[in-house]
Amino acid sequence: MALDKVGIAKRIAQELRDGWYVNLGIGIPTLVANYIPEGIEVEFQSENGILGMGAFPFEGEEDADLINAGKQTITARKGASFFDSATSFAMIRGQHVQLTVLGAMEVSQNGDIANWKIPGKMVKGMGGAMDLVASAENIIVAMMHSNKAGESKILSKCTLPLTGVGCVKKVVTELAVLEIKDGKFHLIERAPGVSVEEIISKTEGELVIPNNVPEMVL
Amino acid sequence: MNKVVKNVEEALVGIKDDMTLMLGGFGLCGIPENSIAHLVKMGVKNLTCISNNAGVDGFGLGLLLESKQVKKMISSYVGENDEFERQMLSGELEVDLIPQGSLAERCRAGGAGIPAFYTPAGYGTEVAEGKEVRIYNGKPHILEEALTADFAIVKAWKGDTEGNLIFKATARNFNPMMATAGRITIAEVEELVEAGELNPNDIHTPGIFVQRIFKGEKFEKRIEQRTVRQK
Repeated sequence: MALDKVGIAKRIAQELRDGWYVNLGIGIPTLVANYIPEGIEVEFQSENGILGMGAFPFEGEEDADLINAGKQTITARKGASFFDSATSFAMIRGQHVQLTVLGAMEVSQNGDIANWKIPGKMVKGMGGAMDLVASAENIIVAMMHSNKAGESKILSKCTLPLTGVGCVKKVVTELAVLEIKDGKFHLIERAPGVSVEEIISKTEGELVIPNNVPEMVL
Repeated sequence: MNKVVKNVEEALVGIKDDMTLMLGGFGLCGIPENSIAHLVKMGVKNLTCISNNAGVDGFGLGLLLESKQVKKMISSYVGENDEFERQMLSGELEVDLIPQGSLAERCRAGGAGIPAFYTPAGYGTEVAEGKEVRIYNGKPHILEEALTADFAIVKAWKGDTEGNLIFKATARNFNPMMATAGRITIAEVEELVEAGELNPNDIHTPGIFVQRIFKGEKFEKRIEQRTVRQK
């Protein structure tokens, strides 16, 4: 069965490593914080200016001055720090943040990503996404395999305006974990009960299938 | 040097049609809300506003958009505002969308006397169109130019009569860089104290960057996305 959003977040959480500083984008990526594997310590950065982002506040304890990049009220963990936006992007561009997880509208087989604009329809802006994808060593995209019209978002070439070029290393969808290498998608894992055939039929870009494709263990 | 002005009216004296303003804040967090409300009253038009976001319908910069006082917005994310999207898609409003980190650094550069810098952000995208590209460490970077403004308007938690500022939590965001990049910088603060009452170790923005400071009359501090957990 295909994963739900929580399943995607749980699978991505398995990629976290002890001691990493991690930036989580809006949507599914935010959920990753709820499934940190036991025994490891990671610190979440939010690009509006906090390192050591904690859980949502208890009702009545919200602080309008303490939000994340999704404008949600949050709390600060013990040992947290606040800083201005220039310092925040120094952490990001300067590669002090080890992992970035973000959503996308399209990803192509050479690692291009599009997630900020649909010409003539939706123009929200890129926010920090272009800075994040331009510099992060390790970028994982969390998204659904197809769009609402049923068209594949895993493409040979992006059709929407790009956010970054050749930067995505891994994609986790409700169906599969894909790695991007040598200009191709490589199928690494499939969601429990999802067939390789289904993944092939829903992937437009070039997909390399190894002999054995294990199921994800969540 | 005493930077204190009586109120918002006095603080915003000299802001005229066609000027460029920087306005601090991220979303509705740390925005100079008293000053924005007063700009609506002043009715100044054809403004170019540099601000990470454009407020929401009915609050923050959304108010200036509704009253059609903004000619051009320079921002990184404007998705929370229907009126903004309408004016932009219909062509009434000029919009320059800039990656958030580049926007922050362009303000910082503007205040620091650095005319331009190279960044990897935006290479290979629409943002890079018409910009010089250079390879550093085997990676392409684009040339981004500094931003300055006729007036920068920032919001701080505490300030003293010398214009020294302290920000609170994530309400700091763009405020410190913008404070450096205004030909005249106006700070509206929640608490205004005498010089000497703030510990010099704690100052985020030194008073040299601030020309006028006043205590805001009221702070609504609206929350955009109230998210809580159960006890």
